[in-house]
Amino acid sequence: MSTTLKARVLSVLLLLGLLCIWELSTPRITDAENMTEYELLMGGASEEARVPPPSAIILKAYEELTDPLYDNGPNDKGIGIQIAYSLYRVITGYTLAALVALPLGFLIGMSPLAYKTLDPFIQVLKPISPLAWMPLALFIIKDSEASAIFVIFICSIWPMLINTAFGVAGVRRDWVNVARTHELTDFRTAFTVILPAAAPTILTGMRISIGIAWLVIVAAEMLVGGTGIGYYVWNEWNNLDLTSVIFSILVIGVVGMLLDSMFARVQTAVQYQE
Amino acid sequence: MNNTPLLQIQNLTRKYPSPEGDQELIVFENANFNIERGEFVCIIGHSGCGKSTILNVLAGLDDASSGVVIMDNTEVKGPSLDRGVVFQNYSLLPWLSALNNVIFGVRARFPDWSRKQVKEHSYKYLKMVGLGDGAEQRNPSQLSGGMRQRVSIARAFAIQPKLLLLDEPFGALDALTRGTIQDELIRVWSDTDQTVFMITHDVDEAILLADRILLMSNGPYATIAESVVIDIPRPRKRAEIIHHDAYYPIRNHLVDFLTTRSKNTHQMDPSTPPVLNQQPLTVRPGIVPDALHLNTLPTVSNKFTKNRLTALTGTES
Ligand SMILES: Nc1ncnc2c1ncn2[C@@H]1O[C@H](COP(=O)(O)OP(=O)(O)OP(=O)(O)O)[C@@H](O)[C@H]1O
Ligand SMILES: [Mg+2]
Repeated sequence: MSTTLKARVLSVLLLLGLLCIWELSTPRITDAENMTEYELLMGGASEEARVPPPSAIILKAYEELTDPLYDNGPNDKGIGIQIAYSLYRVITGYTLAALVALPLGFLIGMSPLAYKTLDPFIQVLKPISPLAWMPLALFIIKDSEASAIFVIFICSIWPMLINTAFGVAGVRRDWVNVARTHELTDFRTAFTVILPAAAPTILTGMRISIGIAWLVIVAAEMLVGGTGIGYYVWNEWNNLDLTSVIFSILVIGVVGMLLDSMFARVQTAVQYQE
Repeated sequence: MNNTPLLQIQNLTRKYPSPEGDQELIVFENANFNIERGEFVCIIGHSGCGKSTILNVLAGLDDASSGVVIMDNTEVKGPSLDRGVVFQNYSLLPWLSALNNVIFGVRARFPDWSRKQVKEHSYKYLKMVGLGDGAEQRNPSQLSGGMRQRVSIARAFAIQPKLLLLDEPFGALDALTRGTIQDELIRVWSDTDQTVFMITHDVDEAILLADRILLMSNGPYATIAESVVIDIPRPRKRAEIIHHDAYYPIRNHLVDFLTTRSKNTHQMDPSTPPVLNQQPLTVRPGIVPDALHLNTLPTVSNKFTKNRLTALTGTES
């Protein structure tokens, strides 16, 4: 048996083991007759607020995933719709960031002057938590939707910008010389030599960025509300529906993993060995 | 039709600022030499004397600190497709296959060609250096050092430049492949009006290939000390050339330079006024074996001298 296969089997066993422990350690929901008077008075709320067992979550997942696109008004939308909202924001903000970061990163990487000029700005702006921009964005843009996209934009720009600049600046002199001896124009050199040479580093930056963007969208949507998976989590918490909360946490994880593995694929495709 | 040399190198100097900032490193100073149209010139000198630096200046990749390089009556400013370079470290693009590396050059050289034409031309040159049958599809990281060097040679040959600049192009090759590609280089060179400037460490290779060998003294303050004419008729055969009368006098002269004279020509004293426009001393050790010349041959090469004398008497009797 190969190591990968062994690891797969062990992963599944570990999961099953943990689920069993979790299931068995969650107290059963007591029937209404067995409730104390206090519990009845609280309308069973204390029970609802308990961490639900995996079986309940699986049941919930089944319900949600079989009908992911239902829409019963602003506070009751299917998980698929919520994810789509979040993805839309992430992809829009991220694409805008890429459109700015990649050319700017190229410029910074190629020109020491541009690097020295812009570096202080990057150093100050980079460590700012993307959510700190939220109030300012809301005030200036006056639109919660656009503000969320702006926050995604601002958080995904830095890793892409820095990695692009780093990758472009680090392209081996010899390869640029090959382009020069073949009289390539700057434009062709950028696309046929510098871009492929720097692509692995650029892709690393893009992969980090998409990860950060997905982390931030949940928090941003909790703040701006309305739609999206972040809002969904917060809303279910307000409803004290912990089963839904745990289910959506898992969905966030899985979508994040899918996004990451997409970029991992592209990254392997542009990877080269010296 | 044109009597001026293809390449004129005039008072070429290359300095590097020293890391400490006080004393700069003068790699070579006031180098002067010409390369005629269609000539095959090799340059020999000890490691670190500045051969690659000169070649990079000729290629237009590096700027000289002072002095000029004139090609076809115009000053060399920046690289050009007229000057094809085989770099010492091959400089292949690692994300492209061997074939695509050659195609990269050919497409730049012949932008009007069709895809098919470019591919066929590139493949022909890869075949010429013995790469084909699948090897052309591999990336440089999957090729041996010698194979990479051959791809790099194919790329330079395929663009058919006026001047080929080769920086130790056969360094990583085994004797057999080296021989094949040397023959190929000579064939390409004699079939066209190409001019070749080649760096090598191998004295025998230089004698086999070159019309003229430039000898570079040790750095810093290196100069082109001598220009040794190889008076051995072509076509030269690897197996027969060592039996030629001129072979050992030339070889001894070169080895003697490398072992002793390369050190003596230092211009280490910066207070001496620079000598401008001084062409290297032309020597023809293959001609006129006068007594004086034989007497000054170093002791290490006595064996060769004797061989040569017997060879001489043998042919004369
Ligand atoms: N970028 C640089 N900065 C400072 N010094 C340099 C630089 N490049 C080369 N040199 C120096 O210039 C001198 C000549 O280098 P070069 O590479 O031309 O030697 P070479 O004759 O080609 O040697 P080899 O036969 O080993 O290839 C060396 O002393 C080297 O240290
Ligand atoms: Mg060198």
